Amino acid sequence: MIDPISVFLLLLSASTPILFAALGELVVERAGVLNLGVEGMMIAGALAGFAAAYASGNPFLGFLVAALAGATISMLFALLTQVFLANQVASGLALTLFGLGLAAMFGKPFEGVRAPPMPMGPLRINWIVWLGLAMVPAIWWFLNRSRAGLILRGVGENHDAAHALGYGVRATRAAAVAFGGAMAGIGGAFISIATVLQWTEGMTAGAGWIALAIVVFSRWTAPGVLAGAWLFGGVTVLQLRLQAAGVDVPVQLLSMAPYLATILVLVLISARQKFSRHAGGAAPGSLGINFHALR
Amino acid sequence: MTANVFRAERIGKSYPGVRANDDVSFAVAAGEIHALLGENGAGKSTLVKMIYGLVRPDDGRMWLGDDPHAPTDPRAARAAGVAMVFQHFSLFDALTVAENIALGMENPPPRRKLAARITQVSHDFGLPLNPGRRIVTLSAGERQRVEIIRCLLQNPRLLIMDEPTSVLTPQEAELLFATLRKLAAAGTAILYISHKLEEIRAHCDCATILRHGKVVDSCDPRAQSARELAAMMVGGEMRVIDRSGRQAGDVLLKVEGLSQPAPSAEGMRLKRVSLTLRAGEILGIGGVAGNGQEELLAALSGEVRSTPGTIALEGRDLSSKGPEPRRVAGLLAAPEDRLGHAAVPDFSLTENTLLTAGARKALVRGGLIDHAGARTYAEAVIRDFDVRTPGPGTAARALSGGNLQKFVVGREVMQDPRVLVVNQPTWGVDAGAAAAVRQSLLDLARRGAGVIVISQDLDELLELSDRFCALNEGRLSDPVPTAGLTLDRIGLMLGGAHGMEEARA
Repeated sequence: MIDPISVFLLLLSASTPILFAALGELVVERAGVLNLGVEGMMIAGALAGFAAAYASGNPFLGFLVAALAGATISMLFALLTQVFLANQVASGLALTLFGLGLAAMFGKPFEGVRAPPMPMGPLRINWIVWLGLAMVPAIWWFLNRSRAGLILRGVGENHDAAHALGYGVRATRAAAVAFGGAMAGIGGAFISIATVLQWTEGMTAGAGWIALAIVVFSRWTAPGVLAGAWLFGGVTVLQLRLQAAGVDVPVQLLSMAPYLATILVLVLISARQKFSRHAGGAAPGSLGINFHALR
Repeated sequence: MTANVFRAERIGKSYPGVRANDDVSFAVAAGEIHALLGENGAGKSTLVKMIYGLVRPDDGRMWLGDDPHAPTDPRAARAAGVAMVFQHFSLFDALTVAENIALGMENPPPRRKLAARITQVSHDFGLPLNPGRRIVTLSAGERQRVEIIRCLLQNPRLLIMDEPTSVLTPQEAELLFATLRKLAAAGTAILYISHKLEEIRAHCDCATILRHGKVVDSCDPRAQSARELAAMMVGGEMRVIDRSGRQAGDVLLKVEGLSQPAPSAEGMRLKRVSLTLRAGEILGIGGVAGNGQEELLAALSGEVRSTPGTIALEGRDLSSKGPEPRRVAGLLAAPEDRLGHAAVPDFSLTENTLLTAGARKALVRGGLIDHAGARTYAEAVIRDFDVRTPGPGTAARALSGGNLQKFVVGREVMQDPRVLVVNQPTWGVDAGAAAAVRQSLLDLARRGAGVIVISQDLDELLELSDRFCALNEGRLSDPVPTAGLTLDRIGLMLGGAHGMEEARA
């Protein structure tokens, strides 16, 4: 009844939006910035990408525009938090509300039209899914092996020390925020261009919040993000299958399952001592704290 | 005389409302350990920040060798051959030793090569380090090794050290100076900042003394006494600490078999701590930070309750009582962290006095605050302890560290406690203020109170206390009389600590 290979292929697809958004947020948080605006950046990418793909007939152009749109509105957050030193939590929440409202307003003309078809990549898997999978080792390598990644982690771990050693804390953080925005934008566009194939208001449906939870779940590592995205995607696909198979469980409970599973695993992981600072598996030291240089 | 490696000429820097440096000129020769001496706020840190490119001078010029030195940022300064060991903020806790060192270098070699070089250089200098360890797992002494190795790998011409020994045991400090000697012998110029006079007298070749941002004197520290140096630093005679007129009386405080679990993953367990404190006595507790000082203070002050029968004041068991009943009974405490633990940063000084003096000074009656009384008491503390502030309405946050420390200690001392426990009473406080705080503790003991001083400053403990105990890994040693105790002996009591045997080998 439930064929594991088809479930896995669906899982890949279902987890891709969260994977992109969470990988982006991972880099942002490793730089010491907590951007709660992931949902807003995703929806902006979903709409901008859909509009561009629809207008040009080219879905890849859609993803490019989605990345630009996500990065652009994330710069608003960077401006508020890195230049005006506004509170990161409040600015992030504002960014989510702003993105949702903006997309709802500009999205009206695109309701009811269909996205152009998406060409398939190897193994009949979407190119963007491949891109997402490739980003996992790429980001791991960037963070753990490259000089720029080391500086980024340094900035996130102790911004005073990074500043004292002469690294540009704000510039590093702004760049990370822009990257996070672009990744969230691509994640959002995957929902509108490659999954649902049309634009609906509020279509990201909380994926941005799940992405934020998954970054914590991952203990701020790229492989952990992949595991979290797959867990969430897997439970999503499974509950859809169960619904389709007419299992005698209330639909509401099944729909809740992916969120419940994520929360449950999150709690279990947080309780483990193994992930203490001594093992390097904890939140970056300067996460969510604004940097104010004394000159 | 060898050539100057570094020269500063008429350097000046202003901040809003303060002239941090004014007309500062000095030179450091190759192979010289040059001390920069001054009180807090004398402008030492600003000066070295300019040399390291963190701050730009408003006027004046600097030379490194024969080239003009005007770094726009620390990376430029490093490229020119300046390296710096910071007092705070320069290591990344969650990163490994090798990653930390790579961040402090301009062009670090690939990872494996760097790890090999760290191992090699650290062994050459007798400062062994494992490049794969994370900083959080290292002791203070080992952390400093990381900073020093980070500098050494760049073969600096000028090495700046900003109060490097404040967190070290005497043995670790000796090891540091041995390393500095080797470096100086190899031709590196070293600029050494400290306000520990004995240390400077023993190890530095030359001293430049700063006061209020200006160079007031320069001398050969080996030819001066500590008193003379202090006088140059403060610009007047130092107050002599008066220890007279005290005699040990009855037992006031008795702690027996006090054990506490660690409050957090990074905290320290207290293991069967016992001590006896008599009236008129000062008991000094020494130890390197993180060995249970904060936990001991929390257990004594009542922030953390303990097993019944472990803490008794004048025969009365207080183990299960919180801070307020203990204050009423006469057991008072002043924690190390002034801002946030001892005082609420955004409260006025008047409000802050209420927090601990409410009951003993009857400033709260029937649940209502006696504002006039609180204000009067705050004014009295400000007056008697020479707290420099516009008035009792000023927020605690606005006071400098030294002034707030005087206020926090004064607030407790003036309540006439039976027993006062203080942690790091003069941490980060300049010499003048520190002498005043110490004298107030001695005066309190003379009036018949018992005082426990927890401190990392061994000179302070030797100066104040009648008996000395070492706190090591949450265990308290048996007390020994302070008279005749040497720094070497104390170092051994503190456990020698942290792979010193290995380091010597």
